[in-house]
Amino acid sequence: MIALEGITKTYRMGKVEVHALQGIDLRIGEGEFVAIMGASGSGKSTLMNIIGCLDVPTSGRYLLDGADVSRVDDDQLAGIRNRKIGFVFQSFNLIPRTSALHNVEMPLIYMGRKPAAAGTTRASRATQALGAVGLADRIHHQPTELSGGQQQRAAIARALVTDPAILLADEPTGNLDSASSVEIMRLLSALNVGQGRTIVLITHEQDIARFARRVVELRDGRIVRDEKVA
Amino acid sequence: MNLFEAIRMAANGLLANRLRSSLTMLGILIGVAAVILLVAVGNGASVQINAQIQSLGANVIYVFPSNARGTGGVSQGFGTGQSLTQADVNAINSAQQAPDVVAAIPIAQSGGQITYGSQNYFAPTIGTTPAFPQVRDYQVAEGSFFTDDDVNAKHRVVVLGQTVVDNLFGTVDPIGQTIKINRQSFRVIGVFAPKGGSGLGSQDNVVIAPITTVWAYLTGARGQVISQIVASATSAASVAQAETEITTILLERHQISDVTQANFQLQSQQDILNQATSIATALTLVLGAIAGISLVVGGIGIMNIMLVTVTERTREIGIRKALGARGRDILSQFLIEAVTLSLLGGLIGVVAGILVSAVIGRLAGWGFIFDPATLVVATAFSLAVGVVFGVWPARQAARLDPVVALRYE
Repeated sequence: MIALEGITKTYRMGKVEVHALQGIDLRIGEGEFVAIMGASGSGKSTLMNIIGCLDVPTSGRYLLDGADVSRVDDDQLAGIRNRKIGFVFQSFNLIPRTSALHNVEMPLIYMGRKPAAAGTTRASRATQALGAVGLADRIHHQPTELSGGQQQRAAIARALVTDPAILLADEPTGNLDSASSVEIMRLLSALNVGQGRTIVLITHEQDIARFARRVVELRDGRIVRDEKVA
Repeated sequence: MNLFEAIRMAANGLLANRLRSSLTMLGILIGVAAVILLVAVGNGASVQINAQIQSLGANVIYVFPSNARGTGGVSQGFGTGQSLTQADVNAINSAQQAPDVVAAIPIAQSGGQITYGSQNYFAPTIGTTPAFPQVRDYQVAEGSFFTDDDVNAKHRVVVLGQTVVDNLFGTVDPIGQTIKINRQSFRVIGVFAPKGGSGLGSQDNVVIAPITTVWAYLTGARGQVISQIVASATSAASVAQAETEITTILLERHQISDVTQANFQLQSQQDILNQATSIATALTLVLGAIAGISLVVGGIGIMNIMLVTVTERTREIGIRKALGARGRDILSQFLIEAVTLSLLGGLIGVVAGILVSAVIGRLAGWGFIFDPATLVVATAFSLAVGVVFGVWPARQAARLDPVVALRYE
């Protein structure tokens, strides 16, 4: 599903070169639930940007679903993000003044083509996705009218509405209280176990990482631990 | 992403900041309204000027005395010379020498207080010959015009314009009444039908008398001066030919070989019309240019607000890009926002401009003149303003790096 081979990423900060990633080799198979851990500055955000096709590596190869996506242009990257990747962010990142339904429809609008399954409309698919995360009665609410946990559920619905290859969750519980955090992590677990969703979770919290079945730890741009957990 | 979705997104963006959107629109609105209004005023004024000049009479040529330049060194000003004589008029009236001239009349001007009973009024008194109504296109509504006999015998008779009648007589029938001009008595024998025109150029504010009478009783010490000769050509097409004939006659009679040394000047109705038209065109252009500048200023306002909007919504742009929006999706969203602002402002401006120019046209008396081309131009212009000033902010938005934009607080 995901194959990273010798990925490096170097930034220029003024005259200083920052080697954020220094040779990452990582394979994530279909249906896995992987937590990528690391302290701040370990390179996990950079890795997430590359896995999420928001950024391209300086060197190395990235195969996503069998296709090399490490050397494609911006528009193609946008298309890959749209179809293959579902993002869940720490700060929810719903578009303000826009209903939950319309937020969830957004990736379908950018997809442009007609919905895959016959007899479905964008609105019906979005409604279905919101129903699947337990927000069926909140579809016309705007983000400001939803609680943090509900906003994150809407974001998860938005991530899943295109039926992506991977769900990429970047500190999804960072802005939530512990009750909502557990609720969201249970939802992610259920998606992994029940539907076989491939989930990559970025976090620095052990408690949250425990929900995953494999933990990869980064330090100074290198993988220092990669093990299955119970 | 289709156009409908893009428009829906743009509308959402604009509605989120209603006050800001309306104020930005106001810039374009005022610009477009000003363009329409000023062009309408310019056109209205020129139509009115043309109508007034037309009312002077058809195919008319004016001959004014002028001092030959270069001989004396001092030009004494327009119409002050005394080079025209009754013999000149007779020569121009001669069918052999000037076949394209229908008739020519001398004009002697005098001013003075006109009184009737206890009423008094001021109007120019013009001395001329019986061909005056024909040349200047006046109709005698009541009574009659004076004859050659009246001219030869210096009879003290006058024909009045409608404005003079209204001011002196009220409801009294003026025919046969005696009025006084500069304390000399004159009998009213006719009244002209109104010719229209208003203000200084009014053709109805005149008193016409035989030229000999004016010389004898009104011009006094200045003597037998002809201040201008008015000739009418047989048709609009023959005006140029008639001008040539008149010039030839007068040069010969005044014994001048070089036309640049002539002691008279010719001006046709068409010359005056051309001058007035070019002035009106220049006026319209200047007004239009001023209004155009306000459109550009409005456009800069749109650009400014779109740049602010793009900065404010950087994070939203990042989210949209993460969800799969391509550069051109973002570009079209913000471009459509800018164009919507300018086009909506422009359309409201068109309506406002039309309404105000209709009101002004009514007040000024030239009626409602609306050129549909203005509407097309104004709409196209506001569309162009939106695109030109919206494309740069939209490109800024489209080129944002999603990683940076998502991190933007």
